[in-house]
Amino acid sequence: MSGHSVEDIKKSVKVYIGVFAALAVLTVVTVAASYLDLTSGESFFLAIIIASVKGTLVAGYFMHLFSERTAILAVLGLTFIFLLTIMFLPYMALTDHPAV
Amino acid sequence: MEIPYNVEERQDTGMYNAKLGIWLFLASEVMLFGGLFSAYVFLRMGDVTGAFMSGSNQLNVPLATFNTLVLISSSVTMIMSWVSLKLGEQKKFKTYLGSTLVLAGVFLVVKYFEYSAKFHHGIFPETSTFFAIYFTLTGLHMLHIIGGMIVIFYFLVPGAKMMKLESERFTNRIETVGLYWHFVDLVWIFLFPVLYLL
Repeated sequence: MSGHSVEDIKKSVKVYIGVFAALAVLTVVTVAASYLDLTSGESFFLAIIIASVKGTLVAGYFMHLFSERTAILAVLGLTFIFLLTIMFLPYMALTDHPAV
Repeated sequence: MEIPYNVEERQDTGMYNAKLGIWLFLASEVMLFGGLFSAYVFLRMGDVTGAFMSGSNQLNVPLATFNTLVLISSSVTMIMSWVSLKLGEQKKFKTYLGSTLVLAGVFLVVKYFEYSAKFHHGIFPETSTFFAIYFTLTGLHMLHIIGGMIVIFYFLVPGAKMMKLESERFTNRIETVGLYWHFVDLVWIFLFPVLYLL
């Protein structure tokens, strides 16, 4: 994050407290959602969506990615593409099984 | 000889060198944990014995929820320690950074009780594929917590001398430690539902 004036930092404190409250509420929502009568696929999808929102809040505000320069965003964007690739690799195994 | 870009931002990257360094390190960490999450998906897809469902049901959700809140709180105290330095409030800085260390300790104590309960009931990594990946992921995460605690302790006690001698450089160091700490929190945000709730 660049250009930290004292005024900017004082304003950002309120944002950090707001993010903390949102993360705490979303943690409770995550646990509550696990008690819903959903299929395993739906539960998985919902849990990942909530975790992704929480992760975006942490990365965006606590790690200052929302106000970061483009150089690091490019590196992280590339990392994210590789992360998605590695996460979808197991699905390729579905086609590995010989036909029954 | 003075090392360039310790404090001031580089023109090309738009940040000081240590920050670029920690971001590149974190990118490698994303791939490390990403590989293990991928292994989790692979094992879960191939689980025909129901080990994942029954294993997940044996974990302590209230304790893990408490630990999630502890880690989120530690992220806030971490960023507030950096804010305090930026505002020149050195006493508050020590309070916030000390709180982060205490909260990290609480997280480890809770994890110790969780692990002890599992071992007491004869549950080990070889018990099932679920517990193999559970102990691998949470164990690696715990090592990251311990590593972070060592660095935080260093900046709180022996490394704090720099706060008065080179305050801007010290503030940058705290920002980079903070980036690492928030990443550790971020990993737990995904570990918690994936291991405990699904």
